[in-house]
Amino acid sequence: MKYQSQKVAFWYFGAAMALFAIQVLVGAIMGYIYVAPNFMSELIPFNIFRMLHTNALIVWLLLGFFGAAYYLIPEEAERDIESPMLAYGQLILLVVGTLGAVLTYVFNFAEGNVVFGQQGREFLEQPLWVKLGIIVAALVFLYNITMTVLKGRKTAVSNVLLLGLWGVALFFLFSLYNPGNLSLDKMYWWYVVHIWVEGVWELVMAAILAFLMLKLTGIDREIIEKWIYAIVALALFTGLLGTGHHYYWIGTPGYWQWIGSVFSALEIVPFLAMVVFAFMMVWKGGRDHPNKAAVLWALGSTVLAFFGAGVWGFMHTLAPVNFYSHGTQITAAHGHLAFFGAYVSMNLAMITYAMPYLRKSEPYNQISNMISFWLMAGGMSFMTITLTFAGIIQTHLQRVNGEDFMSVQEQLGVFYWMRLGSGIVFVIGALLFIYATFGPKKVRA
Amino acid sequence: MQGHKNAESWGPLSSLPGNPMIWILILSELMVFGVGLMGFVIARDIDPVGFAKSQDSLNRLAGAINTMVLITSGLFAALAVEARARDNVQTSRWWLLAAGSFGVIFLIIKAFEYRDKILHNSAGLNENFLTLYFLLTGFHAAHVVMGLVILFIVGWKNNLENIETGTAFWHMVDLIWVLLFPVIYLLR
Repeated sequence: MKYQSQKVAFWYFGAAMALFAIQVLVGAIMGYIYVAPNFMSELIPFNIFRMLHTNALIVWLLLGFFGAAYYLIPEEAERDIESPMLAYGQLILLVVGTLGAVLTYVFNFAEGNVVFGQQGREFLEQPLWVKLGIIVAALVFLYNITMTVLKGRKTAVSNVLLLGLWGVALFFLFSLYNPGNLSLDKMYWWYVVHIWVEGVWELVMAAILAFLMLKLTGIDREIIEKWIYAIVALALFTGLLGTGHHYYWIGTPGYWQWIGSVFSALEIVPFLAMVVFAFMMVWKGGRDHPNKAAVLWALGSTVLAFFGAGVWGFMHTLAPVNFYSHGTQITAAHGHLAFFGAYVSMNLAMITYAMPYLRKSEPYNQISNMISFWLMAGGMSFMTITLTFAGIIQTHLQRVNGEDFMSVQEQLGVFYWMRLGSGIVFVIGALLFIYATFGPKKVRA
Repeated sequence: MQGHKNAESWGPLSSLPGNPMIWILILSELMVFGVGLMGFVIARDIDPVGFAKSQDSLNRLAGAINTMVLITSGLFAALAVEARARDNVQTSRWWLLAAGSFGVIFLIIKAFEYRDKILHNSAGLNENFLTLYFLLTGFHAAHVVMGLVILFIVGWKNNLENIETGTAFWHMVDLIWVLLFPVIYLLR
């Protein structure tokens, strides 16, 4: 840690990990509800658990991105953060908003209220005041980071990171726009949901990956910058029109089936480029960095993202395939491995890299951290395979044979048991990770 | 962007003319149109009769003329590079203007073709054919417009690397047309 203000990142990472723990514990409860459907149903309905699971994920990933930005921007710009005070204020705002959203979801005390009531759209259920709070927090963040970069050294890494984070904020504005026409509503809804994860978040991911490669491998900045420009160009080229793969069956004209299929089929390319990039850099880099766990997470992230987002995405992205597989467990399989591979793992890579510096120590607990990688990666991969089989059978029984939804669900029971098992392994891995990074420092000789 | 001075480290892209970033775009575009044409061939295989009938409604003569127009325009672009390589800035600008003018002619012919298709003869034709015809040629036409903008910019910010970069894009635009024309208009 070269700059005092980088310390801000510690609190962002801490808040992110607290939410990560909540997210995976709620996930495990839901995994159990799948096999014992009445579990807790009187207390908290399944859809509320699902909101907590998905919302917690999104918020902690964003907290992780903010933390990553506050950690790496000072080193790239070669100066302290413009205002650490604002950065702490932003964190408090986000934590208050998150707690507000959780309380609203669980107790539903303001049903129907325009400002305080939970809103209906999937993943964007946050009450209006929380949404506005998120926007204010984003503005504070963008001001803080942009000023830091403008007054300091400008690098490709910080430019791409800024472009990505500005995009995150701009596209979130569409969450406020909710036209009455259901097709239009869905179109703009995807501007947030798709263009985040398959557009601007990829820029953030690429920037963090590039920063880690710079630090962990010692490869020349010049080479890394070329890769990152190429990856960003590919991500935007395929990802923006790739939004079309969500427009197949929502009442938009048929040509979206072609646009969506063609462009989203190519969305695998930037993920492949990230795998090649990361492995080439580590292979060619002369530096034997002591933080082996961070290298493992960074490399693992690109591979898992390639499979989860790239391969599992391609699996059901072509319109004629999606016509049958839409909204089955195939989607759940893809969603889990894609989020874990691309964004969870890259965040954990950054946290693994930064925490020893933030806590002023040598890399510590490397073995338990690496074990946590294999537990999480293994658990999630097994869950993905399980859900993929469940999805294929579901597609056949429900969409080809025309059996009804619930009787199909009953026949998938064995897969849901296996998913619960792999989920529990994942939870153990997640808790071990948090212990390894935030627990007692054990400095190896 | 770094440009020529350290282009050596771009790997296989280093030996290509112009800025290596344009080649990443060109390869991406070729993939997109390649996948699009594959989709066209598959859709044609599902309904060969409907596709043949729909294809007959296209104006093959206009397509052929447009092919000549774009290839000629490509020649002018190549002459612009050659002129600039001999440090002949003004001549290179004239050749770029000629290349761009032929691009405009292409768009005018295309506009007449579209007008005819929209106003008169699309009843009873294969819907996939029409969708793909408009999507692929329309997307290509959008690239012609973009190419004109690029030619204008490199004519203005006139140096060899820029002109090589801009004309590489322009040649891609005529290459794609040369692939679209036989598959959509001629293939029986």
